[in-house]
Amino acid sequence: MELSLLNAFIAVFIAIAFVGANAAYLVWWERKGAGFFQRRPGPTENGPWGLLQPPLDGIKLMTKQLLIPGGVDKAIFMVAPVLAMFPALVSFVTIPFSSSIQAHTIEVGVLLIFAFAALGSMSLLVAGWSSRNKYAMISSIRAVSQTVAYEIPLLITTITVVLIAGSLELSEIAAAQMGGIWNWYIWPFQKSAGFNIFMPISFMIMFICSVAETNRAPFDLGEAESELVAGFHTEYSSMGFGLFFMGEYANIVIGACLITILFLGGWACPFGDLGFFPFTHHVGWFLLKLYLIIFVFVWIRWTFPRTTIYGLLNLSWQYMIPLSLFNLLLTAALIKVFA
Amino acid sequence: MNQMDLIELQPDETFVLNVGPQHPATHGVLRVKMTMDGEYIYDAETVLGYIHRMHEKMAENRTYAQYMPNMGRLDYLSAMAFNHGYALVVERACGIEVPERAEYIRVLTVELNRISSHLVWLGAFVLDLGGFTPLMYCFDDREYILDLLESITGSRLTYCYFRFGGLYNDIDEPFIEGTRRFVKRMYKELKMYAKLVTGNIILMKRLRGHGIIDQNMCQRYGATGPVARGSGINYDVRRNEPYSVYPELDFDIPVDDGCDSYARYLVRMEEMVQSLRIIEQILAKLPEGPINPAKKPKIIKPPPGDYYAAVETARGNFGIRLVSDGGKNAYRLKLRSPTYSNMHLFDEACRGMLIADALAFMGSLDLVIPEMDR
Repeated sequence: MELSLLNAFIAVFIAIAFVGANAAYLVWWERKGAGFFQRRPGPTENGPWGLLQPPLDGIKLMTKQLLIPGGVDKAIFMVAPVLAMFPALVSFVTIPFSSSIQAHTIEVGVLLIFAFAALGSMSLLVAGWSSRNKYAMISSIRAVSQTVAYEIPLLITTITVVLIAGSLELSEIAAAQMGGIWNWYIWPFQKSAGFNIFMPISFMIMFICSVAETNRAPFDLGEAESELVAGFHTEYSSMGFGLFFMGEYANIVIGACLITILFLGGWACPFGDLGFFPFTHHVGWFLLKLYLIIFVFVWIRWTFPRTTIYGLLNLSWQYMIPLSLFNLLLTAALIKVFA
Repeated sequence: MNQMDLIELQPDETFVLNVGPQHPATHGVLRVKMTMDGEYIYDAETVLGYIHRMHEKMAENRTYAQYMPNMGRLDYLSAMAFNHGYALVVERACGIEVPERAEYIRVLTVELNRISSHLVWLGAFVLDLGGFTPLMYCFDDREYILDLLESITGSRLTYCYFRFGGLYNDIDEPFIEGTRRFVKRMYKELKMYAKLVTGNIILMKRLRGHGIIDQNMCQRYGATGPVARGSGINYDVRRNEPYSVYPELDFDIPVDDGCDSYARYLVRMEEMVQSLRIIEQILAKLPEGPINPAKKPKIIKPPPGDYYAAVETARGNFGIRLVSDGGKNAYRLKLRSPTYSNMHLFDEACRGMLIADALAFMGSLDLVIPEMDR
């Protein structure tokens, strides 16, 4: 696709709309999911099945006063929520929703997403730092050590997949998994992976890291409300808080997109190439997988209690990093031998 | 901890973190002044008094009957046992006999209330650990108890059901049927909690070996109830200083030697089962008869003297000492409430803990602030 100004504009517009709609309605989805797990109906008052809740919440947040507490570092305080939202938006540019729907093909798409994900954790740091609040400060320190611990296994696992697919481009990684559910990288004994038996473990590592990376329960140490009140966004009100909130959900979508593309074949139809069937390899499959993964995120959040920060770091440094490194080396060796 | 240890522990730099009086983990208006070394607690000081209402002084200005409703306002989760304690001490002072049916109904309501109190504790405790869903399940189950008790007492939380020598209201057939159904349901629910909460690996990792209180510490601070029983002290007022019809009922006192938060958790879970057993027995052998004594003084005027009664509330030993000068008001009423003693462990026990573990430990103590502050 030729990158004209108009194309870029349309792409950005669609990306923002998609992120906005997702962030808003994932909150609804989360609340309905929570209701489902907790024997209660969830939001019902506004609109059918409470479907008008997200826009009304948005209006409420926008009309509230934006309080800036005395003594904060004002410039950084104001920049932090924007920093939380913006990397997630940019990352959407590289996500291929199907073979034809992708804002811009970037040869190093995987790298770009991780670069911007790192920038996202920066926002937590500066938000906690500038808030002049001890809870926010503790929270931001936790969030940073958590991100450092979890980006390493996440990256190593991604490199494993990149090694198998032979490309850093997300659409090519997905395209390499076409032709039926058995070609997805989640399964063991892939020929392209050199019959590696540990691929499901890679998937698990990727999944756990995505939960931790997006600061969600049971790894929501950054905003552990029973300890740190609201964590790094304790002092934020109005849309400052709203942007953090939307940024969190946008990051969840990015994480789920990555899992879908790297391990579940992206837009690939699980039944392989059915010539007569009109919807093989369609964006619908991508969205189905995406929202299934998000549902599992919601499920986990409303089932497990929170871990502690040392438990989390131990899990990462003692188990996930050695395991993912081992798997990377094994995959490299197996590919050399078999593929 | 001796002076040398303290000097060795002295970190280069500390900061003071005010947990409370408004904080999600303190479940009320408890304030903990924590001196922190990073995320580790170097020193903690609990500060009380934000909800002090002079309940003890009120007893000196009200007649005995007028003071009864105050008992529901101390521990709002286990109000029935506090009713029982006060009724017991005044009955002892005046020598009022309680009919047998009334005694059985008293124990029945107290045990129902104990289960509802433990259910709130369970929900709030897992909430402190970051799990929200069990709270909803617990409140769902508790709703059955509240509905049942509302149907006979008229209130859902701050009961004033006991009268000197008897009860305000007799229980009826729907209440008994409802209680039978609840007991059946609760056994199933407890099995579900065992699957959802007790066996959860994250929960075990966070509770096992954290928040250690040894027997010595319990004795020094006067801890009672599940906190002491979680440290291997087999003490329960219902067994050690029996009152009412408890000696006629068959139930166990769960004791665990673990001394950690997990032991206290297990003790409370088992206590719910034992309360269910008590309720089943009472429903089976509830005697007929009046619920109020035939002969009862019109105006309660205990003869001059010093009286004491203790009951086992959901949180431990609630002692009440009444000094009467023969008048219509108490000369002095001293309340010994369980969580006041249980809480003061916190200062000593939480030193050197991570803040997350300390707040989980606080949750395992099951604090009710209005009862401490009185």
